[in-house]
Amino acid sequence: MAGKIIIDTERCKGCGLCITVCPKKSIVISEISNRNGYFPAQADNSNCTGCGACAIICPEAIIEVLRDDSDNVEIIIEPREDSEQNLIGEKA
Amino acid sequence: MMKTVFKRTPTLKDCPTHYCPGCGHGIAHRLIAEIIDELDIRDRTIGIAPVGCAVLAYDYLDVDMVEVAHGRPPAVATGMKRTNPDKIIFSYQGDGDLASIGAAEILHAGHRGEQITVVFINNAVYGMTGGQMAPTTMLDQVTATTPKGRSAAEQGYPLQVSELLATLPGTIYIERCALSSVAQIRKTKKAIKHAFDLQLEGADGMSMVEVLSPCPTYWRMSPTKAMEWLENNMTKVFPLGRLKG
Repeated sequence: MAGKIIIDTERCKGCGLCITVCPKKSIVISEISNRNGYFPAQADNSNCTGCGACAIICPEAIIEVLRDDSDNVEIIIEPREDSEQNLIGEKA
Repeated sequence: MMKTVFKRTPTLKDCPTHYCPGCGHGIAHRLIAEIIDELDIRDRTIGIAPVGCAVLAYDYLDVDMVEVAHGRPPAVATGMKRTNPDKIIFSYQGDGDLASIGAAEILHAGHRGEQITVVFINNAVYGMTGGQMAPTTMLDQVTATTPKGRSAAEQGYPLQVSELLATLPGTIYIERCALSSVAQIRKTKKAIKHAFDLQLEGADGMSMVEVLSPCPTYWRMSPTKAMEWLENNMTKVFPLGRLKG
């Protein structure tokens, strides 16, 4: 796990755009509704790379992205203007 | 050790929005807030909110904001910029506000070459009043007032504001972007930032960024489908790219 996202589920409206753009399919819709009656997105985080695509498309701006900055992570492809994400992976 | 690489920017107030799930306004607000923070112009920026869904934009952006009469942000921005040339003035307008009732104001502000930045959110429908036809509604698009789809014979053609303004000598930068994917959102941010940069440099003329934005509620589709529809249908009628500058 090289990355992690934190979703403010009480403010999530369950639009599901983050789920569509997640390249690792590590976000799911929760089975429990929040106080506003929406079924929020829930981070799985098991194979999150911290690319930040979900945070960029989130209309409510409630996703915080964290990334491992220790030595065992390397950036394989730097983010480009037209790319969906920057690819990172764990060093062997 | 985990390090935060992305979080809510301070200019975007930490409160929930009133927008529908999957609405593009939230993304556009965030982009503007991030740009204001990156350029460090929060203390001298004045925004103008439109009439429409984004009427409450002043509740979400932590800069000085003014709410003006329907369609009149370019007229008010003209006065503000002429009396306070050191301030950064931007207007945030929807397609009903800018292309319909405010068509004269935007046209003449561009014609006069006012040094303002306009962010034009185009979702091809009237959102706040219940999904009626807008001037930018596309042919065959079904809305509350065109139940059989817009026909050129009865309701005319969609108005292409960016192309129209690009012909005026008073405008310096016109670009059309979309919020349909992560890559397009990044491009949109770059375009809006360039428009703000031009005003910061004191460039002589008006800059406008048209942002194609999804309205899942009145397009009557899911947020994901709305993004796909925007990418596949709307960009054909409103081609993306830099039209001027």
